[in-house]
Amino acid sequence: MTTDFWTEGEPVVDKAAPDGPVETRWERRKFNAKLVNPANRRKLTVIIVGTGLAGGSAAATLAEAGYQVKSYCYQDSPRRAHSIAAQGGINAAKNYRNDGDSVYRLFYDTVKGGDFRARESNVYRLAQVSVNIIDQCVAQGVPFAREYGGLLDNRSFGGTQVSRTFYARGQTGQQLLLGAYQALERQIGLGNVEMNARHEMLELIIVDGKARGIVVRDMVTGEISTEFADAVVLASGGYGNVFFLSTNAKGCNVTASWRAHRKGALFANPCYTQIHPTCIPESGSHQSKLTLMSESLRNDGRVWVPKAQKDTRRAADIPEDERDYYLERIYPSFGNLVPRDIASRAAKNVCDEGRGVGPGGLGVYLDFADAINRLGRKAVEAKYGNLFEMYERITGEDPYETPMRIYPAVHYTMGGLWVDYDLQSTIPGLFVVGEANFSDHGANRLGASALMQGLADGYFVLPNTISNYLAAGPFPKVTASDAPVVEARKQVEDRIEKFLSINGDRTVDSFHRELGQIMWEYCGMERSEEGLTKAIGLIRALKEEFWTRVKVPGKGEELNQNLEKAGRVADFIELGELMCIDALHRRESCGGHFRAESQTPDGEALRHDDEFSYAAAWEYFGADGRPTLHKEDLNFEYVHPSTRSYK
Amino acid sequence: MDIKVRVWRQSGPSAGGKMVTYDVKGISPDASFLEMIDVLNETLILNGDDPIAFDHDCREGICGACSMVINGVAHGPEKATTTCQLHMRKFSDGDVIDVEPWRAAAFPVIKDLVVDRSAFDKIIQAGGYITVPTGTAPDAHATPVPKKDADAAFEAATCIGCGACVAACPNGSSMLFTAAKITHLGLMPQGQPERDSRVIDMLQAQDDAGFGGCTNAGECTTVCPKGIPLSLIGRLNSDYRKAITKR
Ligand SMILES: Cc1cc2nc3c(=O)[nH]c(=O)nc-3n(C[C@H](O)[C@H](O)[C@H](O)COP(=O)(O)OP(=O)(O)OC[C@H]3O[C@@H](n4cnc5c(N)ncnc54)[C@H](O)[C@@H]3O)c2cc1C
Ligand code: SF4
Ligand code: FES
Repeated sequence: MTTDFWTEGEPVVDKAAPDGPVETRWERRKFNAKLVNPANRRKLTVIIVGTGLAGGSAAATLAEAGYQVKSYCYQDSPRRAHSIAAQGGINAAKNYRNDGDSVYRLFYDTVKGGDFRARESNVYRLAQVSVNIIDQCVAQGVPFAREYGGLLDNRSFGGTQVSRTFYARGQTGQQLLLGAYQALERQIGLGNVEMNARHEMLELIIVDGKARGIVVRDMVTGEISTEFADAVVLASGGYGNVFFLSTNAKGCNVTASWRAHRKGALFANPCYTQIHPTCIPESGSHQSKLTLMSESLRNDGRVWVPKAQKDTRRAADIPEDERDYYLERIYPSFGNLVPRDIASRAAKNVCDEGRGVGPGGLGVYLDFADAINRLGRKAVEAKYGNLFEMYERITGEDPYETPMRIYPAVHYTMGGLWVDYDLQSTIPGLFVVGEANFSDHGANRLGASALMQGLADGYFVLPNTISNYLAAGPFPKVTASDAPVVEARKQVEDRIEKFLSINGDRTVDSFHRELGQIMWEYCGMERSEEGLTKAIGLIRALKEEFWTRVKVPGKGEELNQNLEKAGRVADFIELGELMCIDALHRRESCGGHFRAESQTPDGEALRHDDEFSYAAAWEYFGADGRPTLHKEDLNFEYVHPSTRSYK
Repeated sequence: MDIKVRVWRQSGPSAGGKMVTYDVKGISPDASFLEMIDVLNETLILNGDDPIAFDHDCREGICGACSMVINGVAHGPEKATTTCQLHMRKFSDGDVIDVEPWRAAAFPVIKDLVVDRSAFDKIIQAGGYITVPTGTAPDAHATPVPKKDADAAFEAATCIGCGACVAACPNGSSMLFTAAKITHLGLMPQGQPERDSRVIDMLQAQDDAGFGGCTNAGECTTVCPKGIPLSLIGRLNSDYRKAITKR
């Protein structure tokens, strides 16, 4: 099919996927993968971009195995990767509760949670490996929560019926990342990893059809260098910041993935974004990011808005019968505990009706008055004390006295570079791990499963699959004077030169904010053909304006944070367009995405398995052409597609 | 609100620096301190001036990147709060606020408010880990850990590696940071085999990286955004004495 916005190409096939019984696929893939003799590993170099859970664990593990590793991150220390901010926990099918959990159940829940848009083989492997992750982390000294008997504590997370989530207070990501970071530092100390902090990858180097290196900028001196290896791994995280406001760290970006995409790597399901319902709303035009508050708050808080539009009374002055507890009203059986996507969309709907609360009418109440009456203030404090404190610190309001205000925010991106079962992209020798790939979460990610995937990829999957590729190496030496290297370097230098020379009248941030507004309005929780078509036009115009009016101060040869941002925003603008095209082509509601034209008579999401049971992998469109769609068909042999219902 | 900020401006590692005063007008009390600097930077850029460089990332108080000395106090006036979590409502209209980088021998200034904290990574490299190559771990329940030890280890492990303790210390010592790691790993059964070598090697790395010695001034714990207590330094010292006598 060809439309104004895209063309359709050949299907994409996962050639590395094993067949046969799902339970033994990973075993068989590992057995059939070629190995590299320990003596030869020293001769092989792997570049890893990113030091989050995925990149940090991969770098440590590959170095332990004897490969030469070169690691990169944009922060001043690998320990600060965005994984550090994850709060809730990490899933694993340990069945320590004896509550009927199993690898199969975790697999089943994750495929279903992804709304039947993920690969069964990958998800099964993820569930299998989850068990090893917990063992590894405990051995590293990760201080998980424990019970009085000294054994690990678990909780139920995101509406699952079993307790399989391991956690470390509200700081699980921090503790897991420090475990990986410490293992990585040990390898750095031993000389097995060359760590390059404050270095940003700006281009991929492909020689003879294989990924052989990257172009990086030293963010302190501005020096551009070319780095070579036998394989390149991207572990550069998600692209939620395309929305400007998100719960991601300010530096999170798509540049590493986007540069690879421009050089031929397919980008899959870019429109799959997760929007989290319980974030602290914006407080004004200065807002630079949004803060997530644990979903657990919905266990005891009741969500409501005034029945009347534009009701400016204080919450306390609005009588009970003038309040609309809309989740309880619309979803009587799940009430305030409906899944993330449903809670988010319902909040947006009531605000769109003009019934939102707080600055700009972009918020709904999450009220603990009933819980405080029922359980007593002490009990509420014991459960949620630190979250209440955090809320008060940010908003200056006391949630024991006035209800919290919450609003949905972009939180995670399920889409990413397309990879096969080996986590290899469509460019040979380019592997992608963690949030940067698209592999395991389908159209919606369950709580506590991103940490699991990052560590599964880095500790256990990649180290086993990359050897199959590296077994054919070492590959012929690449030097700085090879034509593709010279060209990649020149692309980077020219782009920097261009940013600095435009000298326009708008800041990089002003463009980023504008892009974010377009994305949130038209490619957020609810999408329509009309809105998406409009958004594509707006983004194209924004792109033109960016390249003529942006003002980037300073020089290239110095620490220049606006130059860094300019490169990231330029890539976000291109990604934004592809996200809208992907969303436009997917004329179904699935996972976290509601497509206005695809709903049931009572306004619920309607999936179209007959037409859309595939992953959409996009080929780069060249400067202004149309992207090409390559479909990867999804087959469900074990978990049969069904419809979710929460009424 | 309308305020003035006096900010340390230094164009590069070897350049001289000075305090420069800027007016910030009409800032919302709900803005965070870093958002106030963002707003100021937007104006500076449009006026053709060099915006202020500063480290930040998560803006949630967990990554440890942000690092400003505000009115002479590392991370500013609010207790147990990182710079990024500090809000303008803690200041008053008309205030003049001083903003400076971390200052310590081991943390050289790179530009404006950005310093080089890689010396912290060196300390961890020396021994701030448990040696367990991937795949060699026994079942997670093989070794129970008493809840009180696990909880105490967690408290110590919440250190975000920001370096405020070093910036506040009159000697530029990293003892609180190192003690937090020694305590975390030393309380876990998994951390016992390397306990002696860890403390000796990490202290050596501290000295090598140019951090000063500890004189129990206690300034570190006062500014620590995670409330890491001074008592952990006592624990480190006692571990060190035991380790040395065994040598
Ligand atoms: C607030 C919050 C809470 C969350 N809570 C949970 C939770 O409870 N449970 C759960 O399972 N998941 C949670 N998630 C999701 C989860 O944290 C992330 O998906 C996961 O940590 C991503 O890990 P990663 O290793 O793929 O990437 P990241 O941790 O984002 O690391 C990316 C790395 O890439 C580097 N990098 C990026 N671009 C470049 C470049 N161009 N050049 C050089 N380096 C680059 C960065 O420096 C960094 O080191 C949460 C997310 C957020 C935002
Ligand atoms: S001990 Fe406290 S002040 Fe020092 S680095 Fe850790 S968190 Fe920061
Ligand atoms: S920016 Fe991460 S702790 Fe302040």
